[in-house]
Amino acid sequence: MDNLLQIYNGRALSRSDIPDLDFAVFQQTVLEFVRRDGFVVQFFAYENEQNVLKLLTVLRSGKELYVCGCSLADEYPSLTSECEKFHMFEREVAEQFGARPKDHPWLKMVRYHENYRGKEDVFGNDYSRDIPGNYPYFTVEGDAIHEVAVGPVHAGIIEPGHFRFQCAGEEVFSLEIQLGYQHRGAEKLLEQAGLPLLRLPVIAESIAGDTAVGHSLCHSQAIEALAGLEVDEGAMIIRTIALELERIANHIGDLGALSGDVAFNPPLNYFGRIRGEFLNLTLTMAGNRFGKGLIRPGGIAFPVLEEQRRIMLEKITDETPGITNVCDLLFSAHTVLARFEHTGTVSRSVAEKLGLVGYAGRASGLAYDARVSFPTEAYDSVQANSNQRTTGDVYSRANVRREEIMHSLQAIPELLVKGLDAEPVPVPGSYTLAPDSFVVTMNEAWRGEVSHCLLTDKNGAILRYKVKDPSFHNWTGLAMSLRNQGISDFPLCNKSFNLSYCGFDL
Amino acid sequence: MLKVIQNRREQGYRTTRYPEEPINLYSRYRGLPTVHQDCDKELARMCAEACPQQAIDAERMVIDIGRCTFCGQCEIQSQGKLVTFSNNFELGTTTREALLTSGSLPALAEHSKKHFKSLFGRSLQLRQISAAGCNSCEADTNVLGTPFFDLQRFGIDFVASPRHADGIHVTGPISNNMKAAVLSTWEAVPAPKVVIASGCCSISGGPFYGSKDIVGDLNSLIPVDLYIPGCPPHPLTTLHALLQFFK
Repeated sequence: MDNLLQIYNGRALSRSDIPDLDFAVFQQTVLEFVRRDGFVVQFFAYENEQNVLKLLTVLRSGKELYVCGCSLADEYPSLTSECEKFHMFEREVAEQFGARPKDHPWLKMVRYHENYRGKEDVFGNDYSRDIPGNYPYFTVEGDAIHEVAVGPVHAGIIEPGHFRFQCAGEEVFSLEIQLGYQHRGAEKLLEQAGLPLLRLPVIAESIAGDTAVGHSLCHSQAIEALAGLEVDEGAMIIRTIALELERIANHIGDLGALSGDVAFNPPLNYFGRIRGEFLNLTLTMAGNRFGKGLIRPGGIAFPVLEEQRRIMLEKITDETPGITNVCDLLFSAHTVLARFEHTGTVSRSVAEKLGLVGYAGRASGLAYDARVSFPTEAYDSVQANSNQRTTGDVYSRANVRREEIMHSLQAIPELLVKGLDAEPVPVPGSYTLAPDSFVVTMNEAWRGEVSHCLLTDKNGAILRYKVKDPSFHNWTGLAMSLRNQGISDFPLCNKSFNLSYCGFDL
Repeated sequence: MLKVIQNRREQGYRTTRYPEEPINLYSRYRGLPTVHQDCDKELARMCAEACPQQAIDAERMVIDIGRCTFCGQCEIQSQGKLVTFSNNFELGTTTREALLTSGSLPALAEHSKKHFKSLFGRSLQLRQISAAGCNSCEADTNVLGTPFFDLQRFGIDFVASPRHADGIHVTGPISNNMKAAVLSTWEAVPAPKVVIASGCCSISGGPFYGSKDIVGDLNSLIPVDLYIPGCPPHPLTTLHALLQFFK
């Protein structure tokens, strides 16, 4: 373990303290760590001030967090060939910086854009051509095989992505998911030289709009650590409430949509309406239904006064019995159970290999919850949740959501009766970031572990801004859940994961 | 079955009577801003300088709600002396220029194209295209289908195929990787067709302005007929714009 430095969520340190290993030592250390119940939080490249390509990783095991790094050659032996958890990360590094992982089992572009260093493209793409460039989708051959291609524009009001199914009759052999259509260059923009720091919170809130609170919290905590800003206890409680409201709204919406996907319409309509009530509660605090504008480095931009507290307490008290009853209606309908149970199963061993996070991980028996393992804000005072059924099917993913809704409905009133007195922070804030520093922040947003990692240069400017949405881990889980499933179960499996396209595409 | 009936009874009838009856949004909601013309010029310049979206023009004393994310910073910074955000969610316009406002917008119903009203006034089918939208615009468009808003009671619906659509409703800053899909979806809609830009991203790139990976302005690709600002637009902003423009 000498090669790894233990660090703490949201606590800045000097970049020079990060162990800078030989690549061979780095590889051995990291692989050994993840083999022993370790998981990857961050794994990314950056160019340092001398234009040397560096690799940096943040790993977690239990309640401990570690960091280490190394220099990276333009070609290096792939870690993925030893361990699947690095699969998407290495592809991302190859795309962003043109470094080729040798013997990577599936070296394919991630978001389809030119690399940042003007290096020869690892994938041999000419980016004046449209996505997916010269990539030939994976195909299964045989007389009985047919292919179904869906997207990027889908049959609904949802984000774009492309899905390729290789099927024999109804049965799906393989689902390939091609994303990248949503790529807005968010990381590049966040670290763009000369970009005023006050643009950052606004960008962070739109990395994934359904996780506006989760991402802006990660951003604010990182800036707070680097700028040495103290956050009021009341503000921390308010930010915790905002994150839990976001969780409830999204979970309720998804339970409704899952119900709609199995043609059981009453919960679809009731939950559709109830979800709106929770978005309106977020508006009560933030003036915006998604919480945009509420969280700013240093605390909160709008206070929660007696009036808002009362509205929230009353609404939650009013809605809780109805939510309980509609959940009971959904989960006791045998037509629903017949479709939810044993559908889209991701076994614990597959989930572990892929490093699934959030409810997708918990539904497959990986209990990890960043609120418990790496608590931020007021989570020390929130009792942990637990899940009853973790067999990895659609039912489990739906039931975990139900349990999390009920848990949050209990947690918020307990938080609301605490001291919420917090002075709003002045906006625009004025702060400077510590030079030559590193910080990683992690929060359990509704989909799972969101993490932002920042490196500053000797002038305190942002050298690298790395964003990781939980969807980055979990999209592969969705692809695996479709193996040997009926293709008509795809909408159900998809909604049970409900992953972010833009959070992945950045 | 008993549970279905019991839940139906408990949930009741929840559809809003809007637009026959007005809806008052909670006081914290930030809608149409007013730029106070009597504000000290120096303060106005300071706020304009600090605006993350560069949406304030301190010389003309207007705010561009096609760029604004309604974060509320200018109101806080100027203590309401430069900008105050009202509860008015009626923000749709037919021109980009009209979004540069000091506090009033042209009456939308009078500026909409008359032939659209006669063509689509009784039935309007829209194909939604998320072109790198962050999913808040998408989510708050989707909720128009929930029982509270019940968009279909107005003869308006979102459809799966562009062939069945009378127009497109675009959200997001239009990533380079979605440009081709936006254009081919638009081409697949039979003419005459309507183009709606929803959310500050599709109007100006929104929070992502300046990124080289986006187009950032739908109107530069396809002529836009209706602008619906916001980050995201409140569902009522969209509902109001659709009703005024087409009904």
